[in-house]
Amino acid sequence: MTSEYILRIVDLHKNFGDREVLHGISFNVKKGETIVFIGPSGTGKSTLLRCINQLTEPDKGHVFIDDDEVTGCGYRISEYRQRIGMVFQNFNLFDHLTAVQNVEIAPIRVRKMKPAEARKKAMEELRRVGMQDWADHYPSELSGGQAQRVSIARSLAMDPEVILFDEPTSALDPELTREVLEVMKDLARSGMTMLVVTHEMGFARSVATEVVFMEGGQIVEQGPPAEIMKNPKHPRTREFIGKIAEH
Amino acid sequence: MDILTILAQWGPYLLGGIVVTVGLVASALVIGFVLGLPIALGQVYGSRILRTIAAVYVWFFRGLPILVLLFLFYFGIFPVLGLDFPAFVVGAVVLGLRGAAYQSQIFRGSIQSIAEGQMTAALSLGMTPWMAVKTVILPQALRISLPGWSNEYPEILTDSAVCYAIGVMELLTRTSQIVSQTYVTMPIYIACAGIFILLNYAGMQVIYKVEEKFAIPGFGVKAG
Repeated sequence: MTSEYILRIVDLHKNFGDREVLHGISFNVKKGETIVFIGPSGTGKSTLLRCINQLTEPDKGHVFIDDDEVTGCGYRISEYRQRIGMVFQNFNLFDHLTAVQNVEIAPIRVRKMKPAEARKKAMEELRRVGMQDWADHYPSELSGGQAQRVSIARSLAMDPEVILFDEPTSALDPELTREVLEVMKDLARSGMTMLVVTHEMGFARSVATEVVFMEGGQIVEQGPPAEIMKNPKHPRTREFIGKIAEH
Repeated sequence: MDILTILAQWGPYLLGGIVVTVGLVASALVIGFVLGLPIALGQVYGSRILRTIAAVYVWFFRGLPILVLLFLFYFGIFPVLGLDFPAFVVGAVVLGLRGAAYQSQIFRGSIQSIAEGQMTAALSLGMTPWMAVKTVILPQALRISLPGWSNEYPEILTDSAVCYAIGVMELLTRTSQIVSQTYVTMPIYIACAGIFILLNYAGMQVIYKVEEKFAIPGFGVKAG
């Protein structure tokens, strides 16, 4: 029997040295939901995402995808990572490959897809993010917004069940931020399950199913975007929302 | 005898040394690459034991004068192991083992210069660490190491002349044989030097061509 949740996070803890970064985080994600994580820098939001696909190993706690436990699965982790896409603040496109090669490489190497088939799929994903005309360009020839769209396509090419977005627009100026957010909104509306760490409140307001306010490695408050943004219950949430609203 | 007669008589013999010298250098470069790359990978990604082995290897082969290494292997290590290798093989192997130590450090530097995010992204797509190294890290690191690596060719080419000391029939050995037969010195040594310089030039052209062929827009260093 499968649970109604595509992703379950149970009591995650993580310390870096004697600094406690995650202090018992638990939440569940349903298929098709977009969860937006907000909060001051250094409160463990990025670490939380990295603990979900085990790029950072949590000290304690469990992560389940479709009832399969991801934590402590040893070498099988690469199988689970195929089901959990990730988009990074600095894009991390493979610098020696063109846009289309960046998108097709994982399907070819990891999924053992035939190169012609992978190329077709890669072009489809590039089209989905509006980058089909840039297929043969190298990362150094792309703007930040274009590079981030390609990296979203790269993630999509593995047909993940969930995509983690780690501050996907923090390295971009407002104009480029908008083009990336448009792609992400389309994705959210098409039913992709997304976990997004961001400061873009407009994005949260328009597509988030839930907003999670984190501070000090803990979830302080969570709820529908309208509620968290207009009517936060916790004083710390109120203070944070007030601060970013001033911008 | 005038110099032209001597060159006509001994020229082919001297030129035959090119084959031997190029053979030495090519074998040494290949051995150096085939061993140097795993040493670099061991030093960057290996367990503590692997890292120690790699470090000791590099320390040993960079720490001894090349002539000492050559004698050590030719008169010591190989005979003790019961290996009766011809001088050419010993020369190629010693130059190669020593080259591996140097090459490994070139590769180590370029592997470590690749941004951590490249590995992170590869892993996040479901690649295993080894797959990530093969498909993402090495294609970038090897490109970056080419300019540094291009030092290896002239270095090994010039070093190869020490194989004279164990009687490998390379350029310098043949040169000194001709000198002792004809009692002509300067022109013969100049001919030898000229051949080395030309070999150096030709090899570097090949390396520049390789650099150009693998160049990627906005990535690595442009060929000179």
